[in-house]
Amino acid sequence: MPDQLVFAMEVFLNGLMAGVLYALVALGFVLIYKASGIFNYAQGVMALFAALTLVGIMEGQVPFSHLINAVFGTDVHHFGWHMPALVSILLTMAVMVFLAWAVNKLIFNHLVNQEPIILFMATIGLAYFMEGFGDIMWGADIKKLDVGLPQGINIPIDETTYGWFGYGFFIDNLDIVATVIAAILVVALVIFSQYTKQGRAMRAVADDHQAALSVGISLNFIWVMVWSLAGFVALVAGIMWGTKSGVQFSLSLIALKALPVLMLGGFTSIPGAIVGGLIIGVGEKLFEFSVGPLIGGATENWFAYVLALIFLVFRPQGLFGEKIIERV
Amino acid sequence: MLDASEEGYVTEDGRKIGGVLMEMKNITLRFGGVKAITDISFDIREGEIRAIIGPNGAGKSSMLNVISGFYVPQEGEVWYKGKKRPPMKPYQVAQLGIARTFQNIALFEGMTVLDNVMTGRLNYMKTNLLQQAFWKGSAEKEETANREVVEKVIDFLEIQSIRKTPVARLPYGLKKRVELARALAAEPSLLLLDEPMAGMNVEEKEDMSRFILDVNDEFGTTIALIEHDMGVVMDLSDRVVVMDYGKKIGDGTPSEIRSNQAVIDAYLGVAHD
Repeated sequence: MPDQLVFAMEVFLNGLMAGVLYALVALGFVLIYKASGIFNYAQGVMALFAALTLVGIMEGQVPFSHLINAVFGTDVHHFGWHMPALVSILLTMAVMVFLAWAVNKLIFNHLVNQEPIILFMATIGLAYFMEGFGDIMWGADIKKLDVGLPQGINIPIDETTYGWFGYGFFIDNLDIVATVIAAILVVALVIFSQYTKQGRAMRAVADDHQAALSVGISLNFIWVMVWSLAGFVALVAGIMWGTKSGVQFSLSLIALKALPVLMLGGFTSIPGAIVGGLIIGVGEKLFEFSVGPLIGGATENWFAYVLALIFLVFRPQGLFGEKIIERV
Repeated sequence: MLDASEEGYVTEDGRKIGGVLMEMKNITLRFGGVKAITDISFDIREGEIRAIIGPNGAGKSSMLNVISGFYVPQEGEVWYKGKKRPPMKPYQVAQLGIARTFQNIALFEGMTVLDNVMTGRLNYMKTNLLQQAFWKGSAEKEETANREVVEKVIDFLEIQSIRKTPVARLPYGLKKRVELARALAAEPSLLLLDEPMAGMNVEEKEDMSRFILDVNDEFGTTIALIEHDMGVVMDLSDRVVVMDYGKKIGDGTPSEIRSNQAVIDAYLGVAHD
């Protein structure tokens, strides 16, 4: 088998894995958009905030230590404990649920019946507030996150592919774990929204607020629930990205890569977010591999957006988005 | 005036009506400085079809929104099943067993007819999340029981043929019927209909009238409806409240209302002073 084809296969696989991580962020967008029609620009920052909080709790970091020390002249930085990963994840989840409640109570309850653009602007404000808040709370330095997920080259795949092609594929164990977790997450979310009372209520709220109220659904409860779910998805994404490249503030920028994923998959489809993520992941890696060298590389910066643009022109509702039916 | 005593009364067509289900006492509703409803009192009795009529802008819809919790009146009390109802959110009112339809139709357009009607059963789903997710034991039984109620309602309103059709594809008249089906699926103690015949042709109006009468007859559901089409209301209802400019100008049986001078003036457009 020619080398180039073997390399392309490896690039393809790695693209799939990268796509899973994009999809994880996109998933959070879809959840909130479906249930409340809000395009939540802060989803990426939520992932960052979740990762920061997780590291902070695990390492026993004192929140707001810089501020406390400056005001009271103390010198506290650490509680001096190391929390087990699982306990820390549960505590972080509790923080994300509280955040969901606070966001609804303090922001969106005051913006009921406002135009979507107003809600969108509010989420931009929220994003930058949370970025600053996370900075004050946990500090701006790059942190290492290790919740015990396997990392490094997957030896069996390396050996098997070496046996087949005389060339071992480099697949990161972390990417495999991320893929499995993403798959479980999607199945769980689909089951939740299709077969449970809360899931039905969520779809009802997404469709028509007035009608939802009239059948006895509390909009507020559903919104807090959805933001909590999005917070959970953000936490999962934060753990994966944080483990891969350290918890740092550029993490919030990955939210932008979720945009082309959403344009491709459709803003309202959970499976669409996954497939969209995979297409973008594979597409940009293969494009960089095949065309990149000819035009000077760095195509990964723009390829996803151009692909999404082409999709938008031909299929505005995305691959899996709900078709817009309107009687005229 | 009709003898509406504590025990109830007998209608003009000989049906027995029960005690008071809901009572509005001196309701006043303002939007800023504008009074939408001024000091209105009336009751709704178990098993009756009660109509609220009046010309456009009379405050009928506001009154229905007060009953269903979408508006909270500044003054007055709402009594339901013998108890004073505290100010409530619309979803809490729905959970008390008060179902409603909307003048402009509020359906879940992206869902099928069946899914729409199923949402009417949400308050009857009591099993927990895990049971539902894994479709185990009581969750399965519950779903089956809910489906039975829903199928019965669908049969009753003769919409079997469109069960799987997305609501967005349906014509206006059928949408109205689906909305009624969703309200009925909740097995309400009080059913509120906001202009159920608005925008319908004669044939659709006749169908809807028949369904309203049948619902009342078959399930014994108490119905309060708003309508500006006098003819339809007079044929359907047992007692009628007439509103004009936010005030109550008449209350009684259709025949009493027909001979009420204030009502005739309001509808024929005598100059107000």
